[in-house]
Amino acid sequence: MSGRTTDVAIVGGGLIGAWTAFFLARRGQRVTLLEKGVVGAQSSGVNFGNLRLQGRFPGQYPLSLRSQALWEDFDALIGEDCEFEQTGHLYLAYDEEEHVKLEGYAKVSESHGLAIERVGPAELKRRWPWLSERAVAATYSARDATANPRLATPTVARAAARLGVEIRENAGVTAVERSGDGFALTLADGGRLHCGALVNSAGAWALEIAERFGETAPVFPAGPPQFVTEPFPYRIEPSVQAIDGSVIFRQIPRGNIILAGYPRTAADPQANRAPVPPAKTLAAMRALARVAPLLAQCHVIRVWSGIEAYLPDMIPVIGPSETTPGLFHAFGFCGHGFQIGPGVGLCLSEMIVDGATPTPLGPFSIGRFRSEATVSEKFRKEFD
Amino acid sequence: MEPPRAQFRRVAARTGRPATLRFDGATIHATAGDSVLAALLESGVLVRRLEFGGEPRAGFCLMGACQDCWVWSAEGGRIRACTTPVADGMELFAEPQPQAPGHG
Amino acid sequence: MAEIVIIGAGPAGIAAAEMLCAKGLKPILIDEGARAGGQGYRRPASDLALDMNRLMGSEAEKYTALHRRFETLLPRLDYRPQTLVWAIDGSTLHLLRDGQAETQPFDRLLIASGAMDRIAPLPGWTLPGVFTLGGAQVALKDQGCLIGNRVAFLGSSPLLTLAAKQYREMGAEIAVIADTTPFSAKIAALPGLLRAPRTLVRGLWYMGAALRAGIPLLHGVMPIAIEGESRVEALVLRDAQGRERRFACDAVALGYGLKPETQLADLAGASFAYDPDFRLFLPAIDSMGRARPGLYLAGDGVRIGGADAAEASGALAAQAILADLGHGQDIAVTRTLARDVGRLRDFQRGLARAFAWPKAQIAALPDSVTLCRCEKITIGEVRAAMAKDLGPVEVNRVKAMTRCGMGRCQGRVCGPALQEIVAAEIGGDGAAAGRLRGQAPVKPIALAAAGSTA
Repeated sequence: MSGRTTDVAIVGGGLIGAWTAFFLARRGQRVTLLEKGVVGAQSSGVNFGNLRLQGRFPGQYPLSLRSQALWEDFDALIGEDCEFEQTGHLYLAYDEEEHVKLEGYAKVSESHGLAIERVGPAELKRRWPWLSERAVAATYSARDATANPRLATPTVARAAARLGVEIRENAGVTAVERSGDGFALTLADGGRLHCGALVNSAGAWALEIAERFGETAPVFPAGPPQFVTEPFPYRIEPSVQAIDGSVIFRQIPRGNIILAGYPRTAADPQANRAPVPPAKTLAAMRALARVAPLLAQCHVIRVWSGIEAYLPDMIPVIGPSETTPGLFHAFGFCGHGFQIGPGVGLCLSEMIVDGATPTPLGPFSIGRFRSEATVSEKFRKEFD
Repeated sequence: MEPPRAQFRRVAARTGRPATLRFDGATIHATAGDSVLAALLESGVLVRRLEFGGEPRAGFCLMGACQDCWVWSAEGGRIRACTTPVADGMELFAEPQPQAPGHG
Repeated sequence: MAEIVIIGAGPAGIAAAEMLCAKGLKPILIDEGARAGGQGYRRPASDLALDMNRLMGSEAEKYTALHRRFETLLPRLDYRPQTLVWAIDGSTLHLLRDGQAETQPFDRLLIASGAMDRIAPLPGWTLPGVFTLGGAQVALKDQGCLIGNRVAFLGSSPLLTLAAKQYREMGAEIAVIADTTPFSAKIAALPGLLRAPRTLVRGLWYMGAALRAGIPLLHGVMPIAIEGESRVEALVLRDAQGRERRFACDAVALGYGLKPETQLADLAGASFAYDPDFRLFLPAIDSMGRARPGLYLAGDGVRIGGADAAEASGALAAQAILADLGHGQDIAVTRTLARDVGRLRDFQRGLARAFAWPKAQIAALPDSVTLCRCEKITIGEVRAAMAKDLGPVEVNRVKAMTRCGMGRCQGRVCGPALQEIVAAEIGGDGAAAGRLRGQAPVKPIALAAAGSTA
């Protein structure tokens, strides 16, 4: 059985895979997107939906800003809506130490051209009177935004399909081999697929493919505790984050408040389970009531989590394989992948079609894990 | 103006203490032991409007399962009317109050 | 001593507690309600001048006995009314009592969470004045109130005639009893029903009584709409002869049998299997009610069987707990209980066939009908989402795309109808449509419940 042939096969139909497929198809590539379940069901579909620009890893700003421009153009680009809202993002500091950190973030953001407003306690109270008075300082970035993650990936995948991408759901990949200059994939249903280039965007399941080609990364699966409340009158426009990570929340125009918080909880990708310990829900409820006391009587109606792939330095792997020409990795987004999704897809399409991307991606090379891994301060804070 | 037509009809009397609550400013006479929902439906007021589009709702399952009878309290939160007993002096609203402490 | 927790103080929970107490154990009995008895044997407040004996009819003796037994049990129990179990994490229950969150560890957990009405939507079903059939009975037993002056009973259930009879005796006018299942289909299911003749005779007697009282009792109807401006004014339906008929009324009681409240069993780690007779996913249990090590399920919360089956299955699950704790079980008692539970549940299975869930009627509902009343999602929105490329083909995914089932009730009300809409769209059966997964909190909890200390 010889199987079928395509220019590019993408393993993993999350947000990254879908955007990569979309941009490759726009460049005339024949693309097959393989998803073991359904598109956008894992971390792409269950994340908080933040398109935050403030406080990102400094080396990520060129990618992040390029990506935000794509989100801002989403409806025109994709032809469907994903509840994109340019809500702005408010970062709160509760003591001087946090204030210093906030200022550090702001300087980095500004050096990349992002407009950051410093907001003092008096102005905080005036502009967002529902905030508790504990914050000593805040920064506000108007360009930050939110979108509905449940809708985003299927919407992008549909647009890719309209451009000719073959999207195969319930198509797990059981084996990957080198075949000439390209690759031969065996699928769970026994089918075979030959491709010139291979994109490994399999999220918490990506390591198997990397290791097949002699590369590794200390990926581990986890999920943040999240919850949503009953609808309350719409008053909280920006996405709000305490810099200590205790809460990140936003209100959608329907009125529900959506919350994510730390610490994250280890998940089980084999059993497909991402538990939300009730104790963490309670901690997040207390934290939210402290930041926004008007919500003290608001009811939580549902909790959830999802399986995300984390790396100890809290930045993803994006870029070409260092062992195997034609193989490209994009995984381990550490809970920060939603915002950069379209940018990563665009960069990968450029690497595959043009051989290079103008966006600097050096820090995200998989090769960094050949030597000893650094452990981010964020990593220590955001997990149990 | 016609008084609101009652939805519930009481067929068994209660012997408990009288309890008076205010709902959207109107006085509603009830008896200790009544559920808030029963008191509201006996008086015939509009219980609540759905958050999405504002259509009128008045509970459905009456046993705390369907969650379709949440009304606003003076404290800026909601109570489930079918499982909350009336208390004398209770102040409730069909819709959120801008002047409530939580919203001030 | 092993900590045994029973959730639910209905007939199943009480019977289980009784059996455990008899062996000198002291279980914790947690109940969301203020008074024991569950929904069916709900006990009115003592100050309500309601003749429960008259209301309970032939069940009065059992009702009285259950509450008497509970009273004698109380001193030997750790009874915690008005306590919600909102999450289960390993061997810890997360509770809400007096508005505050607390925890309770357990070694053995028996969930007897009861049931609620299964609902098929129709145009106008969200109007004020439309209540569940169970709700209509709760209004009466718990509050001493009728849901309206002139009430229409719509659905497919033997309880339609029972509730209508109670309502009529308490002074309501009955606009109509309208059952969607054809009479012939009920007769065809009779052989299965003969296994519990006493219950059957009671059901038939109610039907006969309704007819003698001149109440329109229609079989095989096709509901068209509940009409009204801002509250119920009429029920419109097509009768078995194809005539459109309008019944003026100010309230409608809606019920298509009962469905187990399985959210807690789900959070406790029970596995589920599709039951084609009930067309529901039900927790898997062994013959004594074991769902997995340490977890036991009983009563209508796991299989609809009625009060007698609930009692027997509660006692049976208690026998399983005793056996698993090494106390030994009474083989003769166990055998009798198991036989009773089997017989009574088989009868309900027969009823589920006789009073069929109207899957075809639901699948044929117009796009404009509200499916999810929490989030106000129409059937058309679900169909449109499914019709898209890469559209959802299973209920959880439909929920993610449309918000249907995502609201406060977590799909308790819309779930069964959503299943039929999805099944019809994919051309599969209910099993293929999938099962809405349970998520904490089982019911809404205020942020303030978490307290203020870190």
